[in-house]
Parts: sequence; C-alpha cells; structure tokens
Amino acid sequence: MKIQFYLNNLPRVVDVAADRRVVDLLREDLGLTGTKEACGSGECGACTILVDGQTRLSCLMLAPQLEGRKITTIEGLADGEGLHPLQEAFVQTGAVQCGFCTPGMILAALDFLKDHPDPVREQVREGLSGNLCRCTGYQKIIDAVILAAEKGGRNR
Amino acid sequence: RLKEIDRSRALNIPGVLAVLTHKDIKGTNRQGVVRKDQPVLVDDKARHYGDPVALVLVENKALLPEALDQVAVFWEPLPPVYDPEEALKEQAPLIHEDHPEGNCLLKGEIVKGLGRDGFSGCTATVRAAFAFSRQEHAYLETENGWAVSNENGFLEMAVSTQTPFRDRAEVAEALGLDQEKIRVIAPCCGGAFGGKDGITVQSLLALGAIHCPGRPVKMYWEREESFLAGCKRHPARLEYRLGAGQDGTFQALEARIIFDTGPYDHLGGAVLTLGLEHAGGPYRVPHVYLQGQVIYTNNPVSGAFRGFGVPQVTGALEQMVDLLAEKMGLSPLEIRRRNALQKGDKNSVGVRLTTSTGLKECLDRVEAHPVWQESLSWQEAARPGTRRGAGLSCVHHAMGYGPVIPDTARAKIELTGEGKFRIYCGVVDMGQGNSDTFLQIAGDLLNQARADLELVLPDTAQTLPSGSASASRTTYTFGQALIKGLQEMKQRLLVKAQTRIKTGRLDELILEPGRIRHTSSGQTLDLRDLALDIRETERIVIHEFKAPVSEERVTPDTRLQLHGLPHLIFSYGVHLVYLEIDELTGRVEVKKYLAINDCGRLINPQLFEQQIQGGIAQGLGYALFEDFKVDQGMTITTGLSTYILPSAMDVPDMEVEALGLPEESGPFGLKGCGELAMDGPLAAVANALAAAVGRRIYESPLTAERVLKALEEGRRKVEFKKMRRTGEENRN
Repeated sequence: MKIQFYLNNLPRVVDVAADRRVVDLLREDLGLTGTKEACGSGECGACTILVDGQTRLSCLMLAPQLEGRKITTIEGLADGEGLHPLQEAFVQTGAVQCGFCTPGMILAALDFLKDHPDPVREQVREGLSGNLCRCTGYQKIIDAVILAAEKGGRNR
Repeated sequence: RLKEIDRSRALNIPGVLAVLTHKDIKGTNRQGVVRKDQPVLVDDKARHYGDPVALVLVENKALLPEALDQVAVFWEPLPPVYDPEEALKEQAPLIHEDHPEGNCLLKGEIVKGLGRDGFSGCTATVRAAFAFSRQEHAYLETENGWAVSNENGFLEMAVSTQTPFRDRAEVAEALGLDQEKIRVIAPCCGGAFGGKDGITVQSLLALGAIHCPGRPVKMYWEREESFLAGCKRHPARLEYRLGAGQDGTFQALEARIIFDTGPYDHLGGAVLTLGLEHAGGPYRVPHVYLQGQVIYTNNPVSGAFRGFGVPQVTGALEQMVDLLAEKMGLSPLEIRRRNALQKGDKNSVGVRLTTSTGLKECLDRVEAHPVWQESLSWQEAARPGTRRGAGLSCVHHAMGYGPVIPDTARAKIELTGEGKFRIYCGVVDMGQGNSDTFLQIAGDLLNQARADLELVLPDTAQTLPSGSASASRTTYTFGQALIKGLQEMKQRLLVKAQTRIKTGRLDELILEPGRIRHTSSGQTLDLRDLALDIRETERIVIHEFKAPVSEERVTPDTRLQLHGLPHLIFSYGVHLVYLEIDELTGRVEVKKYLAINDCGRLINPQLFEQQIQGGIAQGLGYALFEDFKVDQGMTITTGLSTYILPSAMDVPDMEVEALGLPEESGPFGLKGCGELAMDGPLAAVANALAAAVGRRIYESPLTAERVLKALEEGRRKVEFKKMRRTGEENRN
C-alpha cells in the first residue's frame, strides 16, 4: 500500500506492505540504519523515533501508522556536518560507548528536554528509563542531557 | 540423538534457497577456542536447546518462520543432565563421549604453603557457601553479520566479533575452507563483553554464502535467539573457608569452586583458571588450598564474559572477609588494610608481585574519602520504614593471556601519498573506545591533527593479527606496539627529511602538523612532498609487541598453565556502596557508589571512567537483578521483560577515581581497566545488605524477594539465636 509522511522534514511516498514494521521500513527499505533494533518487543528503546515530535518505538509500529505524520530519525538531527547540540553534548561528555543505544537515547532525550527544559538529574533518569544502555552505566548520558539543557538555556 | 532431517517440504516453498545440514559441511564441523567441541550444525546429538540443526536460506525474512516450521527433524531422546554435581556422578550421561575426564571439562588444584593444614594456626575461622546466578551479556546489538562468496571461492564477511583473525581460522577448519580465501571484517560492534569472543554467526554465514555464490547472505539473531544460543557468565557454587591469626592477618584459605559451562568449552577452562588465580583476592595468605571444576551439562553455554570467572570468586571471598572482620571485631576496611598485597609480596597462588601494586594506596584513599568517613552517620540516619547499609569490596584483575599463549599485537602505520597517516588497528573496538585511544597516541607522538589521521578498523585483509579484544589487554598490548611503531615512523621520516633539507643534525628537525621543520634555518618540508619522494614500501612501518609474562611456575599442572596461570600484571580497586532498603517491599536502592582504582596512568581519563562506570553498572545488575533462569535446560527468561537489566533509575551517580600510579611496562604507564570494575559490586552490595538487614544472603541475585525474606526472618524475636544457627549451618 502507498503511504505518505514527512521523514526528517522531507515529504515521502512509499509503497510498502501493510504489515511491514516501521523499523524495517526505515532500515531495510529506506537505508536509514541509524535506527537500531535490539529487542523487537518494546523493552529497550533502541528503535526510538519521533512521531510528531513524540517518542515512539519503531519496532512496535506498522508502516501505515506513519500516514500523514512527521517522522524524525537520528539522521534528521545533524545539519550537514554540524551536529545537533544534543549530539554535541553526547560527544563532549563521553556518553557514547558502543553507540547502539545512542540514537534512541538522543531522540528520547530530545523529546524529554522539550517538556523539561531545565531538568535535575533525577528527572533525566526517569525520562530516559525506557532506554536501556549496557555499556555506560548511564552517568555520562545524564551528564550529556544536563549539559545540553544548560547550553539550550544559554542560547534562549 | 539426531536421526534424520527431512528438508523436502521446506525446499518446496517458493523463495527458500537452501536448507543446509551437517551433510553440507566439508570440514571438521567443530568450533571452539581451546577444545573444539561445538558443532556448526548438529551431526550426532543436540546438547542443549540452542544448538543449531539446519540452516535455512530464504529470499525474504518474512518466509523464514514457515520455512523453519517445515524442516522436519527426527530425534531419539537421550537422558539429559542439568545439575553440575549430578553430572560428575558415575552413572551420569556423558555430554562428550570423547572427553577423557567425562563431564568434567577441567579440574584444577592449587596448593600454597601448608594448604588446608594452615588452618591449625588460625584463631578465628569462618566458613560459608555461595550460589551465584547465570548472567546474560545482553549487549544491545545481538550477534549478526553478512557474508558473500564470489565465483573464485573467495569468501568475505563482516561480523560483530571480538576476534576476526581467530574467527577466520576457525571457520576455515570447521567448513574445510582455505584460510587464505577468507576475509573477516570487524567494524565497531554494538557491545560484546566477551560474548563475541569466539564464533557466533560466522560459520553459519560462511556456510550459507558458499551455497549461493555471488549473493550476500545476512544473519541477525533476534533477542530471544541471542538469549537461547549466546554464551553466559558461568553460574557458580562456591565453598569458602578463611582463617586469621590473633592480629587479623589471614593465615589460611580454602575454596572449592564449581562452574557450570553447559555443553561446550567456550573458554570455560580458561574462565575457571582465572577464577582460581583470583580466588584468594588481593591479599597475603600464606596457606592456600584451591580446587575448581568446570563441568559440562545440558544447560545453556557459559563462556567468556567480562570478569572471566573473577566476579564469582570475588563475590564470595569479599563476603568472607567481612564475615571474618565481624567475628574478630575489626572494621571491614581495617582487616583489608592489614592483609592488602603490596609490591614484592607473594599473592595467594604464590606469585611474587614485581609490577605496580596499588591496593594499599586505594584503601588509604577510600579511608580519607568523605563517602567512607560519613558512612556510619549516613546509615544511622535511615528514615522509618527503611534500612541503610554500606559495603566494601576489594578487586584485582589480571591482564593478558598468561604465560603460554603469546600475547602479541602488530601495529601498522602508513604515511599516505597525501602526507597523512593511516593507523591500522588490529584489535576490535566494541565500545571501549580503544581505537580512539590509538588515534590519540598517534596524534600525540606524530604531532598531527586528528583530521590528518585515518583509522583502519580490524580487517584480516588490511590490518595485522593482534589478538582478541579481551583480557583487559587491548590498549596495553596494541598500544605498546603502536608507540614503538610510531617512534620508528617518526625517526624514519626525520632521517629522510635530513637528506632533503641538507642539515647535518637530526635533532634540529621536528615533526609538525603536515610538515617537518628545521629549527635553526626555519626551512620546512611538506609531508606530502616527502611522501611522494619515498617508495611505497618505505612509507609503511610495522611493529610487533609481545606482552611480558610471569616466569614463575605455581603448579606442575601444564593444563592450568596453558589456560593462563599465572599472570604478571594486575589492576586493583576498592569499591564502596551505599544501599537503602524498603522494609515493606525489600526493594534495594543503590544510593551512592565510590570506586578508587589502580589501573596505571591514564591515557584517556574519559574512556577510563566509562569502563569503570559501565563495569559497576553491569556488576550492580549481576548483584541485584540479573538471573538467566533455566528449567530442565530450557530458558525461562527469554527476553528483556523477564531478564532485568539496570535502567537509568537503578544506577546511581558514581564517584570514580584513579591513583595514576605508573605501570612501568605499559604504554605511557597504563594497565588494563576493562574488566576490573565488574568484579566488585556483587560483594560490596552483599556486604552492605548484610550490614543493613543483619543477615547475610548467600544466593545471588540479591532480589527484593530474597531481601524481604531475610528481613522477615531477621524481624522474628529469636533474631540473635537464629543468626548464630545459620552461621553454624553454614559452617557445617
């Protein structure tokens, strides 16, 4: 079936099977491999994307659910070679180890910061508790989100 | 036992390209690092639920479930064995009929001093038995890769692995292929922790690829498959006895260790050996008797996992130390200080420590730290309905492969035609960031900007064999090879420049970003121009480094030596944790964590913190939640909803410090830090819980359920008597 949506601010029309999972559509059909799959059952958050600005798990969504929506994947954040401030903060604080959770983590953090522009660490922890990381112990990820929030505050 | 595989119905499904079985394998059909006992595809019998039987290739993944259903496999049931101690009994069914020791994969014994007779000189002795859980790696990226075989029979694959060069040899042998015709590419992988130290998808991918030449074959395990077939941390049963003299110095230690390795070796022998080597902790103990067995069963495969046998023995020993401290009326810190190893001492397996040994300094620093200073007042300030405890543990962790297997790395550096430098990294970066450290070293020694350095990740066609990304040896061994290679490269370029700049003195030439400058005349030579002027072969430097090993022989058992005993260099650390327990639910909250470490000098402090913080988090998961449950060999915890990993809510902010004491043999004074932190949390948490609850829990993970039970038992009026009785039971 044909569906239309905005993908990282560009209009897209794709012809896709109705039972195609969004994570497969993104990775296999559209070549956007930044979205990761780590459990396939909605437990780890690695496949997080933004649908109309809100976090959604692309392994639990079927392609037709994208109809008419605005989708953001990790590929949509950087401006050419220039990283998004949140990505910059992840790099600066050393919040990335194997990197597999990072795309989902950054998108979840982006959505979180929108509602909590000036968070304390405990709020960040709660906000990111749906995204598992096996490498970092989370501390530097929290550092990154706090840093991004501070910088965001300064830019306002 | 496998009787027959009927593939005809599966092959009739349109889109099914091939159904391959052991009959399609031309090689040995056996894989393994030490003992080659694991089939690519089952040929005689299945030994656990995760054994692959047939490989189905389909055009489209959507066809897979039906195709797999249509492969009919006929079995003759055999008696299973799931309990490691049952497996040792005479009448137990054999997992591998050809193994001379039956179901005991490896047994090791180490005696130091008077061994068990040393207990006669002790004034206080404690005894306890422990059972620790099976831990799942749960790297977020499951096992995966792709492979393609071209018309000339050349096979290329990219896989998520820690060991590209060893994989190549294993695949070739198992499938009967020419090693020279296999290329393994190992890009950065999404976590590994030991679970990708050895074959996962490699042979299956290769088998698939050679049966459809010219077409890429891809395999990606789903989480449930990764749980089913991937290797785990060995579940362990440990019995310990520790005795001390009047002054609290350890006199005698006895430990009996049983690891369940499942049906395949998968480094299980090496894991046991490292466990034995660390079983006495970082302490001086004159009389030691250690016995360990790693046993074949029909349970899931256990094998390499960050810590490699050390988290289990540390989890037990460090609780013994607290038990003894309590019995002798000493503080947990004081008893550790009195026994801490120092350089020049003999460790518990009898090896004299000749390299940097900073445990004492770590303990001193913990003692002076506010987290230790405030621990009593913090515990006393528990709010009603909660209990608080603080717990300590010491860790030590050996680096490298031990005395027999050469721990070697080969760095390759190239000056490109554009005057830039290419660093060929031979060891995998699975998230530790070692490749970044290598670029940092290269940038520093060559005085070049990051943009002028190019990294080539492990690839058997481009980089040189440099061993596995494991054993806390990656940056140490490859870093040393790289440093020597870079120095050689620099020297070579300066000498070449000397003839062109026509100066008589080499020490007046300096390597600058993009050029070489003559200091007194100010003349410069662009590296690009220099590169064009040098033959291609001369623009490459290769340097091999072999890590030093211990010359001591602590046992006549050559098998233990082969499996890595003993080591020369150890890292050390002290962990301190604060816990709060909800009396109503038994829920444990980790409030604070301090870790002071001796990992040599740091090259990249941020990466060091990542390793320690990440190791602590994985260790807290091991201590508190993670329990890969198996019933009659079958996995009960099949996914991340039943196998609980720590989330951002479960791990506190950690204070991580390094002594920065240089290890003279290391690159810029560094020694390994990849595994060390994983060893400490179980015992620290258990000790903190015992302090808070007044009762010790001898089984891990220390779940809310177990804590609640301990709280309830402790609450009964007979509290004191009962505690004594449990202690006695444990002593019997």
